[in-house]
Amino acid sequence: MKKLSARRRHPLAAFVVLLLALAATGGLYTAFAPADKAQAEETAQSLAIEEGKKLYAVGCSSCHGTGGQGSSDGPSLVGVGSAAVDFQVGTGRMPLQQPGAQAPRKKVIYTQAEIDQMAAYIASLGAGPTTPTAKQYSPEGADIANGGTLFRNNCAQCHNFTGEGGALTNGKYAPDLTDVSPKHIYEAMQTGPQNMPSFPDTVLPEQEKKDVVAYLQTVNSDKSENPGGLKLGGIGPVAEGLFAWIFGLGTLIAVAIWVAARTAKAKKS
Amino acid sequence: MSNTTTAPADEQRGKAPAGERVADWADGRLGIYSLAKANLRKVFPDHWSFMLGEICLYSFIIIILTGVYLTLFFHPSMNEVEYHGVYAPMQGVLMSEAYASTLDISFEVRGGLLIRQIHHWAALIFLAGMFVHMMRVFFTGAFRKPREINWLFGFLLFVLGMFTGFTGYSLPDDLLSGTGVRFTQGAILSVPIVGTYISMFLFGGEFPGTDFVARFYSIHILLLPGIMLGLVVAHLILVFYHKHTQFPGPGRTEKNVVGMPLMPVYMAKAGGFFFLVFGVIAAVAAIATINPIWTIGPYRPDMVGTGAQPDWYMGFAEGLVRVMPGWEINLWGHTLVLGVFIPLVVFGLVLGAMAVYPFIESWITGDKREHHLLDRPRNAPTRTALGVAWITMYMITLVGGGNDLWATHFHLSINAITWFVRIGFFAGPVIAFIVTKRICLGLQRRDAEKVLHGRESGIIKRLPHGEFIEVHEPLSQEQLHTLTQHEQYKPVEIGPTVDENGVERKVKGGEKLRAKLSQAYFGEGTQIPKPTAEEYKEIQEGHGHH
Amino acid sequence: MSSQENSEENLPTKQDSAHGAVAVADNPFADPGLPPHEARQQDLDDRTAKRSERTVALLFTVSMLATIGFIACFVIFPIEKIVYIWPIGKVSALNFSLGLTLAVALFCIGAGAVHWARTLMSDVEIADDRHPISAEPEVKAKVLNDFKQGAEDSVLGRRKLIRNTMFGALAMVPLSGIVLLRDLGPLPEDKLRHTLWGKGKALVNMNTGEPLRPEDIAVGSLTFAKPEGLEEHDHGFMNEIAKAALMIVRLQPEDIKDKRELDWSHEGIVAFSKICTHVGCPISLYEQQTHHALCPCHQSTFDLSDGARVIFGPAGHALPQLHIGVNDEGYLEALGDFDEPVGPAFWERG
Repeated sequence: MKKLSARRRHPLAAFVVLLLALAATGGLYTAFAPADKAQAEETAQSLAIEEGKKLYAVGCSSCHGTGGQGSSDGPSLVGVGSAAVDFQVGTGRMPLQQPGAQAPRKKVIYTQAEIDQMAAYIASLGAGPTTPTAKQYSPEGADIANGGTLFRNNCAQCHNFTGEGGALTNGKYAPDLTDVSPKHIYEAMQTGPQNMPSFPDTVLPEQEKKDVVAYLQTVNSDKSENPGGLKLGGIGPVAEGLFAWIFGLGTLIAVAIWVAARTAKAKKS
Repeated sequence: MSNTTTAPADEQRGKAPAGERVADWADGRLGIYSLAKANLRKVFPDHWSFMLGEICLYSFIIIILTGVYLTLFFHPSMNEVEYHGVYAPMQGVLMSEAYASTLDISFEVRGGLLIRQIHHWAALIFLAGMFVHMMRVFFTGAFRKPREINWLFGFLLFVLGMFTGFTGYSLPDDLLSGTGVRFTQGAILSVPIVGTYISMFLFGGEFPGTDFVARFYSIHILLLPGIMLGLVVAHLILVFYHKHTQFPGPGRTEKNVVGMPLMPVYMAKAGGFFFLVFGVIAAVAAIATINPIWTIGPYRPDMVGTGAQPDWYMGFAEGLVRVMPGWEINLWGHTLVLGVFIPLVVFGLVLGAMAVYPFIESWITGDKREHHLLDRPRNAPTRTALGVAWITMYMITLVGGGNDLWATHFHLSINAITWFVRIGFFAGPVIAFIVTKRICLGLQRRDAEKVLHGRESGIIKRLPHGEFIEVHEPLSQEQLHTLTQHEQYKPVEIGPTVDENGVERKVKGGEKLRAKLSQAYFGEGTQIPKPTAEEYKEIQEGHGHH
Repeated sequence: MSSQENSEENLPTKQDSAHGAVAVADNPFADPGLPPHEARQQDLDDRTAKRSERTVALLFTVSMLATIGFIACFVIFPIEKIVYIWPIGKVSALNFSLGLTLAVALFCIGAGAVHWARTLMSDVEIADDRHPISAEPEVKAKVLNDFKQGAEDSVLGRRKLIRNTMFGALAMVPLSGIVLLRDLGPLPEDKLRHTLWGKGKALVNMNTGEPLRPEDIAVGSLTFAKPEGLEEHDHGFMNEIAKAALMIVRLQPEDIKDKRELDWSHEGIVAFSKICTHVGCPISLYEQQTHHALCPCHQSTFDLSDGARVIFGPAGHALPQLHIGVNDEGYLEALGDFDEPVGPAFWERG
């Protein structure tokens, strides 16, 4: 991995990565449109790029430019890689509904096949991080504890200790990571969507990304356990304080009212 | 019973019931009969707001009980250890022994997690209870003579409670509390001249060092609770000694206290209330988690999680620090860190204002009499308005302390909230003061109206000539008395500046200030004159014409 | 406060005009006195009272059962057992069951006692007289006299030497206690001014423990580094990392507005202290598009493309920058320590 990253700036690197990207996208495509022969694969790949280009022209080109070169309304997509497309479109952030502090997660409007086609097209424009395979982000073989340490060092400052999200400047925010699929978490680290910095493999290697994903699955998913009871949003003392005031002191005052109240008199009807 | 007491105790030995003989034995050594004479049937007035103090007392006892249990398992040490307990997501992580033992209490001691959660929930409720209790005492004027000293005891308990809570919160040495300790250290550094020295002495060197958990531990379990226990006892003794205040009403005067006797009603009610408080807090601890340090991680000075807040009672200090502009003055090779030091000073002033208020008010009114009948807040509009203004300031800075969470949960800009708090800190109390005072005067007016014209009955009557009127029911004498018993001060005037011999005396500045403040408290437009008996009679006679 | 100041003209005339509970015919607002006691159903009807008794007994019995339940749960549930409780979630069976049984056991004792007090104990209100707290003048005179006698007997007033030396001794003796506190910690000296960084120290990736090369760091990425040779297991790691923690980002060199920042960077790679200059939180909420770094504790915002100057919030000065370069082997290295103290400002900082 180290060697590979050192050669990133080699003139041929872009082509190598492009080839890898094409192969990966092709691989994914195969999963959806089974084709037996290598030839068919190649055709399928160029077909995917073609299809992706059409989808791009309709859904994205108004902001990102007809050739992905970017415009005043949207950044250039040359070199962002298929992972970025898979993340942005796969979480519904793109296409953008309305301009704002940042693009929120919303309903996904493309099918995964369409997303893959667009990803293939964007990947063909320039080398960039490729969509990870299931093996890369599956929690198997991950060191959860190490993932926790890495999470606290690299992620918790914006996303909170267990990924509940947090505020950034001027209305921007680091989103809540509950229910975000491991693939998208992985892609976010690779690509650094919007204002999030990226954590490329050169500084956070593949195995460590896997650890982070596994940690997050353990502490913040529908599988995670909260031994102490209600986790109150997992956002710490503010929620705890509100709970103590409203349900703790509130209940006690209600009880006090009962203790101090006059007992009903017999005569009054 | 009555038979035995008439005969001399010696002759009746062996015949008296066992309980009485034990009591006799104790009386011979402790004088318990004389003690009980005054206290056994001591009267306590019934009102739910008088039980707020009990909530505090009982949560304090619960905190001590659970705290002693926790000391049996907690290791106040900052030695770094590698974790190999049962909590999987921490396997092999380096952490202090303090943090590791807190994990053990949560995951390996049966019931340990429950006790930890009861301890922490009770602490939050203890401080919330003290806050509300203090407000009750403030708004009803219960702090007036002879209870000023007890007000100070209560105030000290609140402040010490804040610091005891803070030191306890820091003990597990988790990433959240460690960040709070780091903040404290940064705040200490901002103190001019001695800041770096205090910091080095408190932490045994540079931050974080290896000492502060052990030091905070002895402060948290010994020093502060020891002082607090003494203050609680003194507070209670004074409550007994002064006898409880009461709300005005028929038969309730400055010279008596009306209610139920300690034995048996209050023993059962107050004793029972302890179990109720404990039960409710235990239920809260069973249902909701608090400070789940295992998700927060061990402290590292180079790591942090967003949403870094202190427990609620420190939230207003946090808010002050968050909204302060970053002023820093460099002069003659020294740095004056106003951006941190000013909030630190304001923190003290905001709290201190509460402590000294009774003395300021009694100086302004010049009232040296004892007060045992409580004020209805509306009948002391300026005091009530000042109190609400104070709470407004407190609450606005509390919002500032959580600005990042309000931002994410209400989709606002953190910068906008910060600016809101900056402006609100000054404007909010002023608006609150004006609004509250107007509401109080409105309520006073309504009371006067009710006294003179009776209560709106909701019954509409049509008069012979077609007019519709609502029938007003006259109030009972009890109600009339309750609504008119309150006192209305007149503003103090600066006395004649020339005495009977024609010698002019100098008017001191303090006297002028006092006259001005008194004018602001009790001058024109600050209270609605309460109806007089003459007015009442006149209107009643008028009603006869109907 | 002079007595003159406290002329009581402004006070209302009589404090307890209605004391005595006799309605004055002239005064419609007079205190009618305590209202007569009204009986409760329980006072009149023995069956109702019996029902109350049974309720109280039931509550106490439930408490006993809950305590038995508490012990049973303690024995039955293994500590690691997790159960799903709607709507709370996956919780520890032990914590939940112990908490609730304890809560019921305690609450029922309280509820029983209060119900007993409210329904079966006499609810006749009693009025207790208050007495002024201040002593009678004779008592006061006696005490003052006793005090005077005592003071005279002590001869303290006449024997000034005893008095003065005693006060001196009492004033000095606490000094020993203060002196004893001296060894709580070392003097500050210049400890806050230095970090582990120095010329030739390689920048080591916090995540992998490997030294960093410029090509590892992409534009828009965020990397944390520690000085070469500092390991987590080291004694004193905490103190050193508290000052040395480093945040590395890469900007397009043309985006860097501050000249010194550009000079101290390497190919657009800039290294800033991760420790906030406000009160020392690790500040690393880096927005790669705006180049702003936000502190999660108090929201100080720094512009990393402009010398990390403060653009919002309570921090008083910019984040210190570390002058970096590349060594012969192609690794990033520091070209010296920070040229100013990192972290919160303090009096001697200057």
